Amino acid sequence: MEIFGTWVAAFLTLGIISFLYRDNPWYKVCESIFVGISAGYWFVTLFFDNILGLFWAGITREDPNYMLLVGAVLGVMMLLRLVPSIGWISRWPLSFVVGATAGFYLINYFSSNVMLQVSSTLLPLLSPGFGQPLFSSSLYDVVGNIIVAAGTFTGLVYFFFSKEHKGAFGHAAKIGIWTIMITFGASFGYTVMSRMSLLIGRMEFIFGNWLGMIR
Amino acid sequence: MTVTRKSKPFLTPIILVLVFLVFLSASLFAQETASGISVAPPANVVASDFNYDRGEQAEVRWKLSSDDNGSAGVIGYEIFRAGVGSEDFVSVGLALPGESYFLDKDVQKGVGYVYKVAALYSGGQSFSDVSNAVIPELEMINWNLLNLFIIGLLIAASVIYFISHAKKGRKLFIRKIAGLEAIDEAIGRATEMGRPILFIPGINDMDDVQTIAGITILGRVARMVADYDIKINMPVSRSIVMTTARETIKEAYAGAGRPDAYNDDMVRYVTDEQFGYVAAVDGIMVREKPATCFYLGAFFAESLILAETGNSIGAIQIAGTAQPAQLPFFVAACDYTLIGEELFAASAYLSNEPKQLGSLKGQDIGKSLAMIIIIIGVISATISRAWGGSFFIWLSEFVNKISTIQN
Repeated sequence: MEIFGTWVAAFLTLGIISFLYRDNPWYKVCESIFVGISAGYWFVTLFFDNILGLFWAGITREDPNYMLLVGAVLGVMMLLRLVPSIGWISRWPLSFVVGATAGFYLINYFSSNVMLQVSSTLLPLLSPGFGQPLFSSSLYDVVGNIIVAAGTFTGLVYFFFSKEHKGAFGHAAKIGIWTIMITFGASFGYTVMSRMSLLIGRMEFIFGNWLGMIR
Repeated sequence: MTVTRKSKPFLTPIILVLVFLVFLSASLFAQETASGISVAPPANVVASDFNYDRGEQAEVRWKLSSDDNGSAGVIGYEIFRAGVGSEDFVSVGLALPGESYFLDKDVQKGVGYVYKVAALYSGGQSFSDVSNAVIPELEMINWNLLNLFIIGLLIAASVIYFISHAKKGRKLFIRKIAGLEAIDEAIGRATEMGRPILFIPGINDMDDVQTIAGITILGRVARMVADYDIKINMPVSRSIVMTTARETIKEAYAGAGRPDAYNDDMVRYVTDEQFGYVAAVDGIMVREKPATCFYLGAFFAESLILAETGNSIGAIQIAGTAQPAQLPFFVAACDYTLIGEELFAASAYLSNEPKQLGSLKGQDIGKSLAMIIIIIGVISATISRAWGGSFFIWLSEFVNKISTIQN
């Protein structure tokens, strides 16, 4: 059975990789199997986890959580789109989800993406702490702190939409986008390396587990 | 002559007793070595309600054991809790040597508790006295977030001001955003080539603001699609996104005066599975060869796979996301990329509606505030550390305080 599983996995792996050459029937088969199985898997998972595990278990226990009924009613309202004459009701739960989400995450995003970023930028450039001699920070720290402060400031300038990027403001915005692009470059290289490890993992499977060429 | 040996009747018992004592002391010594020397208990155990929560947490502080000095004596602390008036203490957590604080996250609002702390050593525990009683309470207002509230209020006020400003018909300037300017060009290209448009709203659900931003731009794109009578294809990985996208496109078609041309099949659910979805979208791309691909929303590892496939079929590609790790891939493989904030600004920019323009202007006020805080904060921190000066020290601490979130 294990050998059969290895052969199936190898067949599917090579089928997906064959897409690098061109679209072909082998890829189409693998794609359909992947999509079909995953969609079915998610249906079963969501049904047992959410509808049975969360909702049904929640309202049938000794101390029922009636708040779950709100979610159930919203879910039923969503399904009403299947009835064309009252399909407009399905817009209400959508509005609820979108509005509640925007409101709920507003504070979280503001504190983590704005306040934390700003407070982390307030760095002394020349001395690390009170009472310590001038220029006692290492060159590494001085340059690093200047890059963090100037990069964040000019990055904000780039994302300022109320003023045309011209003159000194335009120059600052240009420094900002360069800072962002250099960051992207570093991130690109880092992520590519991690993807290479995924490829190596697949190759190890094919040449090791399947073909037995790697011991 | 007879020599008689003098008898010593007490010597043997004394020797036996001595031998017994030697063995006994050796045995006791061995036992003490195995079990370790007892350590002094922690002192001054103080329990208090955790500030600004829903009454579900209590704090415990103590003075370290005098034997907690980095040697092997104290190996940690164990915290015990009991209800007021009860002697039934149960263990609620552990702390490392040198730690004198524990946050109990498993208490009930309005119930009284007492604590005691044990210093742990290799052979046992050394218990402190019982702490004072604490009753966790609900605090309706978290004053630690006052700075966040004031800054939020300032931004909200500026949003309201700019909205009313725009409603009076006064023009609000928004600079050009290249990626958004290209949307018209991209849709025009699809019209000329007679090929469909592919719109991917990311792989997250509607509880992600990036998906919401993507769907908002979809409204504008769908309106143009309806006007030019071209085909739009939108495979999605979330059921609620599918429903929302269908509503958005339907409304766009109705707005264009062509409700009959709308078809539910324009938006198709594929699967929730990330790479299953990607496999399907890649297949759609190479088979239908869309002229234009939009990737606007939250993307993860699939970003480069999608963008490279789109590139290989020669589609013009416009991407936008706020995922920092995925932006490099879009920048490398797409024609235009909306970077983070630009994605959120897109809906205001495209719609030109007073409400959205006002909110964008309000956000710019927030950015101005952040820039001012950074300039003042960095200068005051540098001067106060380098040269001192009470004013700069105060200014540095003040700026730090207003920009730091305390939970």
